[in-house]
Amino acid sequence: MTPFTIVTAPACPLGLENVDTDQLIPARFMQTPRSQGYGGFLLHDLRRKDAGEMRKDFALNDARYAQAQIMIARTNFGCGSSREAAVYVLADAGYRCVLAPSFGDIFASNSVQNGVLPARVSAADIEILLSDPSVLAGAPITVDLAEQTVSVGNKSIAFQIRADWKQRLINGWDAVDMTRSYAKDIDAFVTKDRAERPWSQPRG
Amino acid sequence: MAGGPRTIIDKLWDAHVITTREDGDCLLWVDRHFVHEGSHHGFGQLRQRGAPVARPDLTFGTADHYVATRKGAVLDADAARMVRQLTENCAAHGVTCFGEGDARQGIAHVVAPELGLTLPGLLIVCGDSHTSTHGALGAYAFGIGASEVAHVLMTQCIWQSRPRQLRMHIDGKLGAGIGAKDMALALIAKFGTGFAQGCAIEYSGSAVQGLSVEGRLTLCNLSIESGSRLGLVAPDEVTINYLRGRPFAPAGDDFERAAEDWLALASDRDAAFDQEISMNASEIAPVVTWGVSPEQAAPITSRVPDPATLTDATRADAWRDALDYMGLHAGQAIDTIKVDRVFIGSCTNSRIEDLRAAAAILKHRRSQVPGLVSPGSRQVKQQAEQEGLDRIFIAAGLEWGGPGCSMCVGMNGDIVPAGERCASTTNRNFKGRQGKGSRTHIMSPAMVAAAAVEGHLTDARKLMEGRAP
Ligand code: SF4
Repeated sequence: MTPFTIVTAPACPLGLENVDTDQLIPARFMQTPRSQGYGGFLLHDLRRKDAGEMRKDFALNDARYAQAQIMIARTNFGCGSSREAAVYVLADAGYRCVLAPSFGDIFASNSVQNGVLPARVSAADIEILLSDPSVLAGAPITVDLAEQTVSVGNKSIAFQIRADWKQRLINGWDAVDMTRSYAKDIDAFVTKDRAERPWSQPRG
Repeated sequence: MAGGPRTIIDKLWDAHVITTREDGDCLLWVDRHFVHEGSHHGFGQLRQRGAPVARPDLTFGTADHYVATRKGAVLDADAARMVRQLTENCAAHGVTCFGEGDARQGIAHVVAPELGLTLPGLLIVCGDSHTSTHGALGAYAFGIGASEVAHVLMTQCIWQSRPRQLRMHIDGKLGAGIGAKDMALALIAKFGTGFAQGCAIEYSGSAVQGLSVEGRLTLCNLSIESGSRLGLVAPDEVTINYLRGRPFAPAGDDFERAAEDWLALASDRDAAFDQEISMNASEIAPVVTWGVSPEQAAPITSRVPDPATLTDATRADAWRDALDYMGLHAGQAIDTIKVDRVFIGSCTNSRIEDLRAAAAILKHRRSQVPGLVSPGSRQVKQQAEQEGLDRIFIAAGLEWGGPGCSMCVGMNGDIVPAGERCASTTNRNFKGRQGKGSRTHIMSPAMVAAAAVEGHLTDARKLMEGRAP
């Protein structure tokens, strides 16, 4: 996994709230093998009109944010289904970070697994970002994970992230390798647990 | 924490901790892992590393998301491949699979409880957000993403941080004809889709204890729609009686000993939660959603709300957008909304009690609109047929299908056509959830049956007189 330290890039001021994972990627695209790339499915139906034509008033379709690597949204981003494909669409479209006041739990942990930073920014600060002229103009902003700050011009805004997720993103740790290093603890647990919860094994 | 009073959430958590890292993250042991067709990304990661499944004996597969559920339906090549791939992946790794054609096949969250794979005190994961359902039996159960699926396959463990704990206390008595679905939707409508974010919920109180296990499964199923990753109900006699004799549950003396342990999982009297919320069951009316988020819900007796009454501009915009998508206008009486079709099924409401409730209303009546009834598992299907429920649905003009996720998510091709409005027993009314451009109203099985009979959303209680489910 690519470590996340500092990202400086334009941000897409999406601004929507309750963006569920069915919007991030509609179910009908999820049979696609990952090797084919998921970027084109990002917000597939929301960014288009019924006839399939791109909506001009939609931030994601705006040329100013074509190089964006940071998404700015309102509350409850990524709620709904556990589909990790909702992160693949962002990652494959070049996004490294989503700024929002809150996230769907499973979406947030899926993001971390894929090196995408789910940064919690207060609702008031999200409003500041969404109305900042330089953000709207597509000027780069900087997300610094170690410092937990978003800088726009000379403004600096704090964000929250779980301590363990921060460590994992900064180091680009692989969870499986990390877990394997605890093999002895796992074995000890299994032995003790067998005695304490004999009923936990399925009868076959 | 040792020695002090503990909540059921503490007890379940503590029993599964293998190690705690400095940053607070804990490595937890996983007792059951359910995989389905969508787990192919997880198996793919396994293949890339050339790793085996750590504990195939604790892993179970079931085909649900992509299986065909309508008579004579032929899956398209991609969907058929998804179903086949699950069987192949399970076989390659020695994992028991309830695949297509197996007598135990059905929706994971319906099948596992009915087989006794779900037990109190277990930690259960599945690459599906509605894994919260299993909390109904007092399990610590939550949905995970594909990378975590791969991680659990390879290690039988998962990293988690201790959640905040919320007690949702519901006392009082539900009115006649009102059930667990109304309870869950009323909670979400009142407190919002984000109110339990980052929390584990314990549902408690006399109204919760008064629910059957099936009702509790419905209630816990919708926990994810309140932002919580999991919700559970402490095991009691109702739970124990439900589990006795289930094929994968302990048997004989082992069962009785286990039952003692399970009953001891209940929260200690003085155990502290981070937050407690209460609601009275008598306040709850039959609820339907009118918008594109489960919190956009209201009693059937009310009117479509007016965005102009909101002070929060963002929220008002979201409501306007929802009404526009749903083709509704503010102030319209909700029970005048005409529907084009109905769907009874999904992991929320496809168990035998759900089908009985719908059939009680449909008996000797005709549906005004087409619709599909999809039992949650082969076992439910068989039982419903023994009880003659299938004949009631068919006589009413509805289609009697097979078990699977079906029209809940439309991955198998059973979709609601664009622009059509569906009264549905499912759990998500997101834009396009049942197919591109589909309009979903979620409600209880009785309410869907009533909407079928009248051709518009309606108060099911009016159609229940003299009929017991
Ligand atoms: S029935 Fe619907 S909500 Fe339940 S597991 Fe299947 S797709 Fe998900």
